[in-house]
Amino acid sequence: MKYWRKPLDLDEVKIPRGDVYVVVERCKGCGFCVEYCPKDVLALSEEFNRKGYHPPKVVKHGECVNCNLCEMICPDFAIFSMPSNAPPDVVAKEKASHDAKEATIES
Amino acid sequence: MKADPQGVLTGVHYLDGDFACGEGAMAAGCRFVAGYPITPSTEVVERIARRFPMMGGTFIQMEDELASMAAVVGAAWTGTKTMTVTSGPGFSLMMENIGLGAMMETPCVVVNVQRGGPSTGLPTMVGQADMMQARWGSHGDYELIALCPRSPQEAFDFTVDAFNLAETYRVPVLVMMDECVGHMTEKVVIPPADEIDIVPRKLTSKPPGEFLPYETNGSPVPEFARAGDGYRFHTTGLTHDERGYPEMSAECQEKTVRRLIEKIRSKADEITRFVELDTEGADVVVVSYGITSRVARMGVELARKKGVKVGVMRLEIVWPFPETRIRELAKKVKAFVVPEINYGQIVLEVERCAGGQAAAVLVPHGGGGVHDPEDIANAILGAAK
Amino acid sequence: MSTVVEDLHTDVDANEHPIAPFLRMDRMPHIWCPTCGIGTVVKCFASALEQTRVDLDKVSIVSGIGCTGRVAGYMKLDAFHATHGRAIPFATGLKLGRPELLVTVFSGDGDLSGIGGNHLIHAARRNLDILCVLVNNFIYGMTGGQNAPTTPVGARSSTMPFGNFEHPFNLVHLAASCGAPYVARWTSLHIRRLTKTFAEALNRKGFRFIEVIAPCSTLYARLNKLGSGLDLMRFYHDNAEIRHGADTRDAAIDFQGRILCGKFVDVEKPTFTDLMHEHYEKTLGDRYVPMKPEGGWIHE
Repeated sequence: MKYWRKPLDLDEVKIPRGDVYVVVERCKGCGFCVEYCPKDVLALSEEFNRKGYHPPKVVKHGECVNCNLCEMICPDFAIFSMPSNAPPDVVAKEKASHDAKEATIES
Repeated sequence: MKADPQGVLTGVHYLDGDFACGEGAMAAGCRFVAGYPITPSTEVVERIARRFPMMGGTFIQMEDELASMAAVVGAAWTGTKTMTVTSGPGFSLMMENIGLGAMMETPCVVVNVQRGGPSTGLPTMVGQADMMQARWGSHGDYELIALCPRSPQEAFDFTVDAFNLAETYRVPVLVMMDECVGHMTEKVVIPPADEIDIVPRKLTSKPPGEFLPYETNGSPVPEFARAGDGYRFHTTGLTHDERGYPEMSAECQEKTVRRLIEKIRSKADEITRFVELDTEGADVVVVSYGITSRVARMGVELARKKGVKVGVMRLEIVWPFPETRIRELAKKVKAFVVPEINYGQIVLEVERCAGGQAAAVLVPHGGGGVHDPEDIANAILGAAK
Repeated sequence: MSTVVEDLHTDVDANEHPIAPFLRMDRMPHIWCPTCGIGTVVKCFASALEQTRVDLDKVSIVSGIGCTGRVAGYMKLDAFHATHGRAIPFATGLKLGRPELLVTVFSGDGDLSGIGGNHLIHAARRNLDILCVLVNNFIYGMTGGQNAPTTPVGARSSTMPFGNFEHPFNLVHLAASCGAPYVARWTSLHIRRLTKTFAEALNRKGFRFIEVIAPCSTLYARLNKLGSGLDLMRFYHDNAEIRHGADTRDAAIDFQGRILCGKFVDVEKPTFTDLMHEHYEKTLGDRYVPMKPEGGWIHE
C-alpha cells in the first residue's frame, strides 16, 4: 500500500487475513462476490458445478482480509470467509509478489 | 378442565342472543377477538369489548373482515382461544382465511349471525341462506363443524361447545346463528364456572427437535405447539408434509386432504347433534334448525290437530350433517318437510340422504321474517298424503 | 515450498456456512433465481438477529405469498406462511395473542402494498409493535411478472406489456404518513447499512418499516431489458443516494431513476399495546386485568 505519510502505528496494525470457503454446489454464478469484493480477490472459475454454474475462485492469494462482504452479499449462502489458516510469512511473500506485479503494470 | 371464573358471568340473566354468544365465548376461555362491525352481529363484539379488559383478554376492531379472520388464525397459534363474528357479507370475505385455518388446522370459532342476502340484502332482518356456504364457502376440500342455536340460551351453550369442538378437532368451528336469535332477548342461565366443562388447548409433550407439527400418531388430530415456546415450527397454507414444509406432490395432497376430511367425516356420527321428538311411527318428519325450529313447532301442532302423525328433528349441529339418521328415517317415513329461511339449502342434504325413499319437501322463505306456521302445517298435510 | 496461499476451500458443506443456524438447512437450496436479491436480505436479517442476540425462540416470522413470501419458510424461527396480503393482520394476531413475541413480517411489495395495502396502513396508523420488512422488486415475481403498485411509470410487465402508465406508490412516504415511527430504505447492495438498520429496528418498538430494493432478474430486469440482477446491483451502486432524515416526499422512485436510501423516520411513539394499557388503567383502574406477556393461553 502506498502512503502519503507513514502512519505512526503502521508497524502495530495487523491487516486481517482470511480464507474463502465456497459451497460449490450452491453457487449460482451470480457474480456478486466477484464484483463487490473490496480487494478483488475473486473471479468466476472455469470449472462447472453440477448445475452448470461457474463458482468463484481466489485469484489474488493472500489478499483476502476476511471482511465477510462476499458472505453477506451472496444470495445463495454459498460463500463465506474465515480468519486465515495460512502462516503470516507465506501470506506476506504472496502479497509482496502481487504488489510487485501491480507496480510493474503501473509504471 | 373447568372454566376460568374470570370469564364466567354466573347468574340468571335477560340477554339477547348476541350478548349470550359473547358470554359463551368468554366462559369458554376465549381471550382474543378480532372483529369488524356488521349488523346484526356487532353486539357480540360490543359485549366482548366491554368485558375483555377485565379478564386479560384483548379485543381489536380490525380494518375489515379479511384482517379479522387472519388475526384470529394468527392469534390461535399463540395457544389463545380466538373468535370472530360476522354476518353474510363479512362471511364471504372471511372465506379465504377460514380455508387457511382449516389447512393449518387452527382451532378458532367464527360466528355468523345470518341476515337476508344475497349481497348487502337485509342487514337488520333474518335469513338462513348461508348454510351451504358454511360447508362449502372456502375453495378446496375441507370439512368443518357448524352449530345452529335457536335461542339465547343455546347461543351461550353452543358457543361454549363450539370452542370445545374446535380444540378437540383442531378445525375452525362455525356458530350459524340468525338475526332473530341474535336480537331476541330471553332468560339465559349461566352456571358457575366449575360447572362448565371446557377443553383446554392441548400442547405437545414432545421436546423441540422431536416435534413435527403435522405428525399424527394414530389420532387424526396432530399435536399443537405454541409460537414462542422454542419449537421453531413452520406452518403454511400450501399443501404440506408432517414437518409443515410445502410439498408439491399429488401424494402429499392426497394424504393431507384425506386426513383433513376424514378427521371430521369419520367422526361425523359422534359430532353431529340433533333432538328428535315423536319420530317413532311418524309419517312425516319436520327437519329444521335455528329460529325456524321454533316456528315449526307451531306448524307441527297445527298439523297434529288435523290428525297427521308428524315428528320433529331439530338439528343442533348441522355440519357434519346427520346423514346416518336421515337415511334410517327415510326408510320409515313418507316425507321430510324442511322449512328454512332460504330457497332450499339443507333440504338438498335431506333429499340426498333420503335417497328417493322419502320425499323432501321444502318450505322456503326469502328472508326478512319467519315462516307462517300455517305454511308449514299445509306442507306437512300435503306431504302426508 | 509453494508461496501460493491455500486460502480457497471448496470442499465445504452448506451447513458450515455461518447463516446455517438461522436457516432450515433441510430446505436448502432455496427457490430464488440466480442474481435475485432476496437471499442477501435474508442473510442481513440473520446477521442482525445474531448481533442483537435476541431470544430466537421468541421471534416469529410471518410471510405472505410471493417470492419474498417464501422467506418465512426458510428461517428457523416460528414461521408462518399466511394468505396473500394478510401477513400483517396474521402477525397482529400473534403479537396480541402473546405480547412477549418479537413479530416480524417479511414479504414483498405486491403482497404488502397491493392486496395487503389496507393492512399496511392500519398497522402503521395503530403503531402495532411489528417489524415489517418489505422487499421491493417493483413487480409480482412469483406469478410471472405482473404490474405491482410499485412498478415505475414506463416499466414493462406482463399485464402492462406496453409500459406501465399507473402512478406507483412511494412506500416510505406511505408508511411515514400513516404514522410509522421508524422508516428506512436500503437496497440489497447496502449490506452493512441494512444489517445495522435491522439490528437497530430489532431494538425499537412500534411499526418499524424497512423497504429493501432488491433485483428481480428473471422478471423485472428481463422484461425491461435491464440485464441481470448483477446489472441492477451496478445500477443501485451508481444511483442510490444516501440521505438520512430526508423528506419522504422526495423518495419516489422513477424508472431507472435515483433511489433515495437511508433512515427517514426514527421517533418514539407509544405502541398500540402501550396506548391500550395506559388507557384502560386510566379508565378502569383496578378492574383492568391486562393480558399477560405469555399470552391468553388458558391452562390448568
